[in-house]
Amino acid sequence: MANLAKTNKTGSLKTKRFTMDVLVHTLLLIIAIIWISPFVYLLAQSFRGGLNKSMEYSQFFPKIWSLENYTRLFTDTAVLNFPRMFMNTLMISCCSCVISTFFVMSVSYCMSRLKWKMRKPYMNMAMILGLFPGFMSMTATYFLLKAMGLTEGSNIPLALIICYSSGAGTGFYVMKGYMDTIPKALDEAAYLDGATKWQTYIKIILPLCKPMIVYQIITSFMGPWCDFIFCKLICRTNQQFYTVSIGLYTMLTMERINSWFTVFCAGAVLVAIPISILFIITQRFYQEAMSGSVKG
Amino acid sequence: MSNQLTKADAARKRNVKNPTSLLSALTNGGPVVWASCLVMGLGNMVAGQIGKGLIFLAIEAIVICLLALPMLTDLNGVAYTGMDWIRMLGNLGDRPDTKQWNEEEMIMEQVFGDRSHMILLYGIIFIAVIAVLVVFWRASVRSGYMALCTRKEGKKPLTLIQDIKELFDSNIHKLLMAFPFACLVVFTFIPLFYMISMAFTNYRKEAFYVGEVLTDHLNLFDWVGLDNFAELFSSGSVIAEQFWSVLSWTLIWAFFATFLNFFMGTFVAMIINRPTTQLKGFWRTVLSITIAVPQFVSLLLIGKMFADNGIINKVLMDTALTDEIVRWYSVTTGARIFVIVINLWVGIPYTVMQVTGILKNIPADLYEAARIDGANALQQFRHITLPYMIFVMTPYIITSFTGNINNFNVIFLLTGGSPNVLGQTAGTTDLLVTWLYKLSVDKQQYDIAAVIGICTFIVLSIVSLVTYRSSGSYKDEEGFK
Repeated sequence: MANLAKTNKTGSLKTKRFTMDVLVHTLLLIIAIIWISPFVYLLAQSFRGGLNKSMEYSQFFPKIWSLENYTRLFTDTAVLNFPRMFMNTLMISCCSCVISTFFVMSVSYCMSRLKWKMRKPYMNMAMILGLFPGFMSMTATYFLLKAMGLTEGSNIPLALIICYSSGAGTGFYVMKGYMDTIPKALDEAAYLDGATKWQTYIKIILPLCKPMIVYQIITSFMGPWCDFIFCKLICRTNQQFYTVSIGLYTMLTMERINSWFTVFCAGAVLVAIPISILFIITQRFYQEAMSGSVKG
Repeated sequence: MSNQLTKADAARKRNVKNPTSLLSALTNGGPVVWASCLVMGLGNMVAGQIGKGLIFLAIEAIVICLLALPMLTDLNGVAYTGMDWIRMLGNLGDRPDTKQWNEEEMIMEQVFGDRSHMILLYGIIFIAVIAVLVVFWRASVRSGYMALCTRKEGKKPLTLIQDIKELFDSNIHKLLMAFPFACLVVFTFIPLFYMISMAFTNYRKEAFYVGEVLTDHLNLFDWVGLDNFAELFSSGSVIAEQFWSVLSWTLIWAFFATFLNFFMGTFVAMIINRPTTQLKGFWRTVLSITIAVPQFVSLLLIGKMFADNGIINKVLMDTALTDEIVRWYSVTTGARIFVIVINLWVGIPYTVMQVTGILKNIPADLYEAARIDGANALQQFRHITLPYMIFVMTPYIITSFTGNINNFNVIFLLTGGSPNVLGQTAGTTDLLVTWLYKLSVDKQQYDIAAVIGICTFIVLSIVSLVTYRSSGSYKDEEGFK
């Protein structure tokens, strides 16, 4: 009798667990569909052929499949020159990622390894600066760059590089946190061996930070690809200096969307794929970094 | 070993700290130090540090040239000295544009008047130049005094070469911080002060009549003190009415966006982490695609998908779920729910990523003990998982709350602040930041924009201070260890 009750009980537990499993997996499936469907739509639309390029009356999956949106993206350069935008963005993000990585590394080394008088005030200042809305000083930055003559002609890329990298001196928190995990004993051993602080920085700390440096480089590299507010403000109507993001944004404006929607999808796919890959790489390095700096 | 080192460090610190303060330099230093207050670098040169002294002197000369020689020009091409620009800060210029008869070319010529925003910017730049001078002045007086003291003790002060070597060793922070900090001063501080000072002027494109002539404050504006703040907080003014509604919506938005994201994200992370859930990695990858794709792409796309003629309406009509198109963001409440829901789509993957790591870190023996005591799944969640997560996640919740107050992308790319209200500059889904953007970029009401920026800053500091100070992870750092 008791035995029977027990099997009954485990049986009902099993069915309960089974129903829960079914429920959970259905729920996860629904969630996955919700999260993935915009990107499936994007991909499908980027391969849509036919004369109609607008968003209106489009099916989720196109009837005619073709590559013409991609070819148009690279050949129809009269109105929106996508290849040039791509090169602009590539150049700007390469420069700004070098500068801002250099800034972040220097500042985090000073914050993490050195004791000096203005260290705490500087950290507090960085925190307070972070509380001001970023767009507040945007127009002011524009006026300043204009006064320096950087918003005219071929100086515009320089102005953009400055915009994207000049604030890097306050973005040291993650890197500093990582450097804090490197044992102080390493520095001290180096000092005892007669190394200067510069040598310690270059030969010991920087090599140990390699995974985080990769993370930092890729993160700052991705910045210009994702921003369009600053770029729009600084480029204004100078189309030859547009970056990719602002170009894609322009394709979806009221007057362009009807003839450019599928081309936008193609462009978005082309931008999203490399950025996603870079993002996945950063995550790997980030996790590797978070598992500790000095092993064993 | 390390003990010795710290002792040596401490001794060095004591040595460096005491005699070198500016005050002791001025009181104990002799006439040479006092003279070096006027001629920077004199103390160093007398003590034998010729190179260093000359560098200080050169800095002084350059800064005085910057201030005294005509440098930046106004629109007519007339150059003014730095001191002139600072003096003009007093009334921000008062000459309007005029026309003048040019005898030689026999034409009416446009003569530009003052541009207040140029005066304000140049004035602030030169004030910053003076601040830099003060920093170097202080350094030069102290370093001159120190060099003289070393000389008095009979030792030789460091040569320039040795000084440069020190820059790579004990003074390395000066070397490493110089460029980042200089960039920060020029491209963050100066714009920030410039914008903050605009809050105390009437710099806005609001047309008004002077007699018969229509004019505005875009070229010439004045200091108005706290008038803009008074306007914002006085009852009845149009701006005040908008400000309070935007502020309250911003806070509501930040609250829902943060906590719904947190709880639903935690829920999703937990059902993925259940022991019997299959394909854990797959579900997580699917969610993280949202993070990987640039936000402006995904948000622009979603905005268009939900448009009146977008794919969502198309699918709804085709499957006969609705008879007519659904206007997702035409009504205030609808639009607000819409942006919060879309923000869930954006935000849940981030929370899942964060929470997954934390769930793995909860000590398993806690659960074991709970099971032995007969706690069911709900009780385990209520008394172990939730407190642990709240403890660990408080800083994350705070940063995401402040991040949501400043969440420009979601609002700007989805609704652009619409639905708009007639006669107002802010739409009903506008947050403080998007309103600020509209006011400064589209409407050119720089004064009000600056005031709103300052208010946003105050709101953010209050929120982060209060929540952070009352959170467990601040009061009791070791609570869960």
